Amino acid sequence: MTNTGNVILDIVIIVVKIAVILGVNMLILTYLTLAERRVSAFMQDRLGPNRVGPMGLFQPFADGVKFITKEDIIPANADKLIYLVAPVLVFFSALVTYAVIPVGPTFSAWGQRFQMSIANLNVGILYIFALTSFVVYGVALAGWSSNSKYPLMGGLRSSAQMISYELSMGLSIIGLLMIVGSLRLSAIVDYQTHLLWGFLPRWLVILQPLGFLIFLVAAFAETNRLPFDMPEAEPELVGGYHTEYGSMKFALFFMGEYAGLITSSALITTLFFGGWDFPWVNESALGIWGVLLGIIAFSAKVGFFLFFYLWVRWTVPRFRFDQLMKLGWKYLLPLALANILITALVMLALV
Amino acid sequence: MKVKKVKRVTPKLTIWDALYIPAILTGLSVTFRHLFKKHITLEYPDEKWFPPPGHRGAIRLNRDELGREKCVACEMCATACPAHAISMQGGAAPWDDREKYPVWYKIDMLRCILCGMCEEACPEDAIELTEIYDFADYTRESLIWDKERLLKNYDLTKDGNYYKRQLEESKKR
Repeated sequence: MTNTGNVILDIVIIVVKIAVILGVNMLILTYLTLAERRVSAFMQDRLGPNRVGPMGLFQPFADGVKFITKEDIIPANADKLIYLVAPVLVFFSALVTYAVIPVGPTFSAWGQRFQMSIANLNVGILYIFALTSFVVYGVALAGWSSNSKYPLMGGLRSSAQMISYELSMGLSIIGLLMIVGSLRLSAIVDYQTHLLWGFLPRWLVILQPLGFLIFLVAAFAETNRLPFDMPEAEPELVGGYHTEYGSMKFALFFMGEYAGLITSSALITTLFFGGWDFPWVNESALGIWGVLLGIIAFSAKVGFFLFFYLWVRWTVPRFRFDQLMKLGWKYLLPLALANILITALVMLALV
Repeated sequence: MKVKKVKRVTPKLTIWDALYIPAILTGLSVTFRHLFKKHITLEYPDEKWFPPPGHRGAIRLNRDELGREKCVACEMCATACPAHAISMQGGAAPWDDREKYPVWYKIDMLRCILCGMCEEACPEDAIELTEIYDFADYTRESLIWDKERLLKNYDLTKDGNYYKRQLEESKKR
């Protein structure tokens, strides 16, 4: 009897977690579209959308209504099934990755231990990598099924780009995993809550600066953001892989891109910047306040990286496709390998 | 003839430059500074642009001290107009101080190119270009301005504060 009660409690807790994390993410996602437009406007000394509601805060909802009420068009020669599945695939894979990211320290109450992530997988990083590379199917299939030349080019480019950068991305965190010794994201964060030489927070960006740099560049490429937004390079490819998409199907691609932004910001934070760790404070000892502090610290860090994405977009011009490939294969990949070697040597020397 | 050979020199990048990271950081600092700069967007129509003195906008016909049109229907403006926008008919003036006055006077603002030649040509300073720039309308007929419309322009712009007044009125509302 108590056993089934526990199972039901577990299910309820997980459903609540899913609802909260999904809800918060959708809210951030919505406002990220507004932030993108406002921040880019400010960087160009413009104002941006500021007329719908106070300071333009209702703009995302106006956009949403516009997307929903637009005519739903499917090109006559498109491969209908794949055409419809592609945006769903992109959005789905961008959303499910949040499941393993811990947003706060574990805390105990009412004889229960609460994990601050939906699932505390022991192969969390593998899970994230597997699902983020799912996006490439969505993009490539969208390009293919549209049966139109520019989307096809965009889809092909993006698959080439994502596969190339996935390699460097995967290799760049091997050094990190060697130091921590676990693929579990909560273990990686726990490792970073300690201090280095008694005063520095033991964040992995300090131990793995090169790995962080490679991961950052690869993350930009993975999310198709400028300076690597080759798949939708407007001057060359009209709209890239989503040229033939309209109304809510386009909105799904759009939201998928922003969901990907949040995922990768959260991932960078978790892997290299201590996740929910507020340096020099022991959150686990503070109970519920520690959880709150952790969530705030995590949000602040993720917020910074979201801003950083927008910031870089208006600073660095788009790479040419051959430059992109050269950077990925000839510089980042060897550097990532070198990083593994150096980490291994240092670890050997220290042992 | 001697052909001069020009050597193209590609500047050599130092390792520091080839890393690109310093350049990117400089760029980031520039865009960050711009976040807090003054926006140059003008929120028209909530805000109005004030044209500089000498702006060549909508045309007006000036009045004299007694409120009559200054124009004496000499047709110098119509002759000077490169777009043939001005037409008028002169008649015997009902006043003693001049012989002619325009019975009717029309400017086709659809043809007018706002060049100001009429203003240059006028011997009586009777026609002038004003600061008004937003005189778009819905029909072609309404953009062929007659004498009354042109004199009204004078009443609107004689103090030179047309847009300041508009702004104040819209604030009152």
